[in-house]
Amino acid sequence: MALSQILVHLGVLLLLPPLLLGVIQRTKSRFAGRRGPSLVQPYRDLAKLARKELALSATTTGVFALAPVLAVVTAVMAGLVVPLGPFDAPISFAGDFVLFAYLLALGRFFTAAAALDTGSPFEGMGAAREVGFAWLTEPALFFAFFALARLSGSLQLEDMLRAPEGELWRDSTVALALVAAGVLIVLLAECARIPVDDPATHLELTMIHEVMVLDHSGPLFGLVEYGAAVKLLVLDVLLMHILVPAATVRGWLGLGFFVLGVLAVAVLIGVVESTMARLRLLRVPALLVAAVLSCGFALLLLGR
Amino acid sequence: MSGADRFLRTTAGVAVARREIPALPVAELADAVVTACDGGLRVAAWFGVPRPSGVELVAVLADDARAGIALARATLTGPAFPSRAAACPQLHLFERELAEQFGLVAEGHPAPAPVRSQPPLVAPAAGAPAPALPGTGELYRVEGQEVHEVGVGPVHAGVIEPGHFRFQCHGEQVFHLEIRLGYQHRGVERALIGGPDRRTIHYLETSAGDTTIGHATAGCELIEALAGTAAPPRGAALRAIALELERLANHTGDLGALAGDVGYLPTASFCGRIRGDFLNLSAELCGSRFGRGLVRPGGSGFDLEPARRERLRAGLDRTFTDARSAIELLWESSSVMERFETTGVVPREDALALGLVGPAARASGVDRDLRRDHPGGAYRDQSMAVATAASGDVHARARVRWLEMEHSLAFLHATLAALPEGEVRVPVGRLAPESLAVSLVEGWRGEICHVALTDRAGRFARYKIVDPSFHNWSGLARALRGGQISDFPLCNKSFNLSYCGHDL
Repeated sequence: MALSQILVHLGVLLLLPPLLLGVIQRTKSRFAGRRGPSLVQPYRDLAKLARKELALSATTTGVFALAPVLAVVTAVMAGLVVPLGPFDAPISFAGDFVLFAYLLALGRFFTAAAALDTGSPFEGMGAAREVGFAWLTEPALFFAFFALARLSGSLQLEDMLRAPEGELWRDSTVALALVAAGVLIVLLAECARIPVDDPATHLELTMIHEVMVLDHSGPLFGLVEYGAAVKLLVLDVLLMHILVPAATVRGWLGLGFFVLGVLAVAVLIGVVESTMARLRLLRVPALLVAAVLSCGFALLLLGR
Repeated sequence: MSGADRFLRTTAGVAVARREIPALPVAELADAVVTACDGGLRVAAWFGVPRPSGVELVAVLADDARAGIALARATLTGPAFPSRAAACPQLHLFERELAEQFGLVAEGHPAPAPVRSQPPLVAPAAGAPAPALPGTGELYRVEGQEVHEVGVGPVHAGVIEPGHFRFQCHGEQVFHLEIRLGYQHRGVERALIGGPDRRTIHYLETSAGDTTIGHATAGCELIEALAGTAAPPRGAALRAIALELERLANHTGDLGALAGDVGYLPTASFCGRIRGDFLNLSAELCGSRFGRGLVRPGGSGFDLEPARRERLRAGLDRTFTDARSAIELLWESSSVMERFETTGVVPREDALALGLVGPAARASGVDRDLRRDHPGGAYRDQSMAVATAASGDVHARARVRWLEMEHSLAFLHATLAALPEGEVRVPVGRLAPESLAVSLVEGWRGEICHVALTDRAGRFARYKIVDPSFHNWSGLARALRGGQISDFPLCNKSFNLSYCGHDL
């Protein structure tokens, strides 16, 4: 693979994520009858955080500072396994979907470890919630991957995501719809969106993801936010590939479909956030189990 | 002999001479209060008045069934008084307050912690320890390896008032919530002593900023009662209009905030704006969005000309239509209802035992509304429908607010259509000396009780304000028991209590 291709891939992966946050925010604002902030506001917010002073609690250790960096690194590396529409994935090998899933898990592990590192009862509570929900998103994701592997006959994420096109897409609509529903729930849960979590709330007792990073400030908090945005893009791309097979067409057409598809998924997230209330925390596992079942059932359908 | 017979029976808004109030021995008074509460009365105020001979305890009980109040007093000379909080839980905070304000000991109180950590009203005895800072000292604690403690506040993440909340949790489940307030203590009751003067009305209006009209109305009715006069019908009607507008604005804000807490954006965003529209109607009335300057001793500070009255009626209809479309979305969204229903339940018997007031009590099926039970001012002329709900959960507290908004709209239209003619304000003379008066006003948050005692010169010797929050904070702690810690913000918002109103 040419260096230029890798650079383009990395460029998209690094530059696009804040725009998704802007699109979601804009969608939510429109539903609320407001104009909403500019689409580039998340970039400005990150720039602002980067310039801010860093306050480190005396009780924390190196894990606390390391976690945000690892969150970004793991999310970007997970992005390198995934094809971006017409662009091939820079890293691709049989079974790379396992790497993908555990890169995300690694980022989460360190975020939770950093939360426990602060010794704050809030953050411990948040870490418990995050980990308690993640063990349900992981099987859902794996069932989705198994279904796609079955469909494509490949164990490479690149082929798995590109397989649902043409006749194959038409023939297995039901199974793919089930996978898409499951992946959407995984996306909402992993990226701390409504109905699982509320990224806009200031109420620390109700938070899941945000409460884990309450003690991070300045550039480190910027990294946390940025890492979350990259993760959002990566999962968004995953879902987009299932929903918009035309995005894998080579050339400008595919690129156009890719960008539109990714933004459309962001709009979809915004619509979900605008029209639903948050679930009761106790009910979140039920939703995640539904995602597991949805993807598992897709696998059954394809396995006939 | 039944306890109720030992009290002087009168009504709110009427002054009585101090010597007419039966003086009982301290223990007998405490027992009489318990007996009366068992018989259906409830504690509206229970406080001390500094006297040269000791502390005079005054009990003000509300008899909702007979639209009356019951008064009795006792003089305490020793350093301790017998607590009846275990038998009559609604007394618990009053007794703690009494102990704190006069450096007394509540003998047998199950949880004798300070209420506000303020210095006593009277000069402390030599060598007495200084009051602890708010939120310090022993808190209730559940022991065990799996129990964890979460402390929230006094500094919160949002723009809200300070208060400390200590949760004893098992995983996500709350065993116990202890609420420690006192950070907003400003000494309003102390500052009112020696009044009424030019400052008095401003202290009243700012007792709790979101209840400006409610507290000012209660204070003015009290001053008028002690002066033996009353607001003219037109002035009283304008006050009632302002009180209902205050209710509409705050209920709209609360319903929007409840939607915001569960992440339901449509209602949350629109209600924020609509609350502002209701506040602007108050501004139409008197130039202040919070109604400052409208309620004045002797009537209303502003009249309402026909042109402005028409603007008010049109604005009311327009704003209420917006409110209806935004708020009805709540009841139609299953995801919102799923969050509201069965969250933060306060059973009826607990609401009665804790003496909850206002929408929080009505949501637990307690049919209690001062506008009907102890009508004053313009409420004497118009019947007020009372909204209740049975389930006592967040949904009931939200629903009761919405039903009250509809009743308020009907009341406002009826009052605006038939606004009495005549003057809006009459002069208020000197207050009767050595007298006591009680005023009861149903603010948007619930029962506002003001009690004043005058000295020989007709100045306030003691001014007691009981904000509805004082009764209802215990209800919030009860609602959380056995619930989920992640539901706390939602429960808190469904009560939406005042910190500064509690800390007077």
